[in-house]
Amino acid sequence: MYRYDSYDQRLVEERAEQFGEQVRRYRAGAIGEDEFKQLRLRNGLYLQRHAYMLRVAIPYGLLSSRQLRKLAWIARRYDRGYGHFTTRQNIQFNWPELDDVADILRALAEVEMHAIQTSGNVVRNITTDHLAGAASDEIEDPRPYCELLRQWSTLHPEFTWLPRKFKIAITGASNDRAAIQLHDIGLEIVKRDSGTGFRVWVGGGMGRMPVIGKVLREFLPREHLLSYVESILRVYNLMGRRDNIHRARIKVLVNSLGLERFRDLVEAEWRQVRDTTSAIGEGEFERMQAYFEAPDYATERPTDAFDEKLARDPLFADWYRQNTRAHKVPGHRIVTVSLKAPGVAPGDIDADQMDGLADLADRFSYGTLRATHDQNLVLADVAVADLPQLWRSLVRLRLATANIGTLNDMICCPGLDFCSLANAGSIDVAAQINERFDSLDYLYDLGEIQLKMSGCMNACGHHHVGHIGILGVDKRGEEWYQLTLGGSAGNDAALGERLGAAVAKANVADAIGDILEVYLEERTEGEAFIDTVRRIGIVPFRRRVYDDHSRSTHQRESLASCA
Amino acid sequence: MTIILDRHISENRWRAVPDGEFDGGLPSKLPDAVIVSLADWRNHGRALASRCKVGVRLAAGDDIDAIAGDLGTIELVALEFGSFTEGRPYSVARLLRERFGYAGEIRAVGDVSRDRLAFMERCGINSFELREDCDARGALEAFDEISVVYQRAADARAAVASRRA
Repeated sequence: MYRYDSYDQRLVEERAEQFGEQVRRYRAGAIGEDEFKQLRLRNGLYLQRHAYMLRVAIPYGLLSSRQLRKLAWIARRYDRGYGHFTTRQNIQFNWPELDDVADILRALAEVEMHAIQTSGNVVRNITTDHLAGAASDEIEDPRPYCELLRQWSTLHPEFTWLPRKFKIAITGASNDRAAIQLHDIGLEIVKRDSGTGFRVWVGGGMGRMPVIGKVLREFLPREHLLSYVESILRVYNLMGRRDNIHRARIKVLVNSLGLERFRDLVEAEWRQVRDTTSAIGEGEFERMQAYFEAPDYATERPTDAFDEKLARDPLFADWYRQNTRAHKVPGHRIVTVSLKAPGVAPGDIDADQMDGLADLADRFSYGTLRATHDQNLVLADVAVADLPQLWRSLVRLRLATANIGTLNDMICCPGLDFCSLANAGSIDVAAQINERFDSLDYLYDLGEIQLKMSGCMNACGHHHVGHIGILGVDKRGEEWYQLTLGGSAGNDAALGERLGAAVAKANVADAIGDILEVYLEERTEGEAFIDTVRRIGIVPFRRRVYDDHSRSTHQRESLASCA
Repeated sequence: MTIILDRHISENRWRAVPDGEFDGGLPSKLPDAVIVSLADWRNHGRALASRCKVGVRLAAGDDIDAIAGDLGTIELVALEFGSFTEGRPYSVARLLRERFGYAGEIRAVGDVSRDRLAFMERCGINSFELREDCDARGALEAFDEISVVYQRAADARAAVASRRA
């Protein structure tokens, strides 16, 4: 992974000192409340319902064991012993004291980490495929480009006061696992005879006005990556709306100008910028790529013990099937560490688990981990022969719930329990769903279902692109939940369609149960949930949830008894 | 009033003229140097420039092309920050310096305070009319808080990538 040199190191150290000084002046009354808010946001510090929340950047989700141990130390020392992984590959601490934050930033700097630009109207953490470098469908590793963009966008003097937040994602694989069509800029690595470049998507996003991105440029040679992004950002910075926070994202500008006009403006700007900015040199690409070279994979070892374990232990076999996947190198598997254990808020992990996992990363996966945008962690380079041992250790850490890809592997924002924007709880609804559908065999029979839940229309839980989406809304002080079906964040990106009127909190799991019943009745041999929804449309689901009340109640009871 | 000019606390030598003050015609006696709005520059620029030094004040959103042809005679461009989070003048300053080669004074006016000065300077702004509640001496420290820059901008500082190469 990338290692800081003296420049990178100095920047994060100076940034921590700068923030410490800003806190001091704020405490002394020399910086007003509104102004301090803008400064702290640009260092990842929010003020939530009960306390400050610090969002630490995990650039493109890549984390070393040493960094994870430091996060554990911070969780114990400055928080209540846990952290929360977000949907943008970052980690949040929910209970820091303001006067400790500069010290936390100093501690992060010791392990080459920071919280710069994890909030505020700036270029946020660059996200990517959590399987980068290990996936078998990869065209090229996107991480060197992520790091180039990370550095270029860090404390960018021109783009630190944008109309609104700005999210960039890159994918280098044929299957998009970075949701690039739902980002302000999405970059898709494309190889041509002339060299590597990007298909550039623009104007996607979720929030209260979800939009699928549009192709701005079919092919951008990679040496022009920074000048082109600069041109997009300049047009946006100068022309994006600033009078209404809900109309300020770049998607609104693209839609109001029209894609053609927006493209003309960007291309005209770029022609000027391109000639005055030096392109990224080959040497710089090579230097970056060297940081992300594949580990020196151990030679394949006999897997007799693994084979036997797989044949004889059904729990291990479940975990192997659900939580591991093919690696580009034979004799290896990519292991997903589930942060979706029943009874735990999705994405939460405690300090002991962090320490334990850091040790496992050292023993079994070359000392690195990845955070995924669906709030799990990944050990990307595990030898098959090591899987039984790794599994036993993960079980002891309560990190081996064999539910990856199932209904219970849901994305969930912090909701009303923490977030000051939320209209409704999401963690307790996740718990309700977890309790209702707690039979793993039932979940396995359902197959892959992406359930995504947000506690308000800002959509941190990505509900628009869930196969099943749940949106918490406030109705006269009560929590209600709006369901959508058919969303997707992949290559076939789509926004979910609204099922009908919101349902009461107590009935969310019932409604999900109705939806699943329809799927089980209607699916053809081997047909996944999302494909059934696409084939038969939303009406049968709607009818079951809203019309067929007596019948579904009856079936609900039988479902509950078998679950 | 004091300003920061090229990182020094200096006496302000320019008089900011409110928009429309010259609508009844230019007064017989003018200060040595005036800063006028874009509208006043359009209406009185030529006449003013023959009698005193003239600076033009651009509100965020004003079209920079409106003064592009006159930058040889405009000795100062004031960029107005209507609020702490106003971001457009950063782009305008870079365009003035890098695209139009403007070498005169670029001054930040309005809601201007310590913690954005380094960003403004990197974009080519070289003078700062600080908000009244700001301590100018303290503000001078803001320029060097972060010594590493990752990107080329309108200042002379070399981006890290070029120093590594």
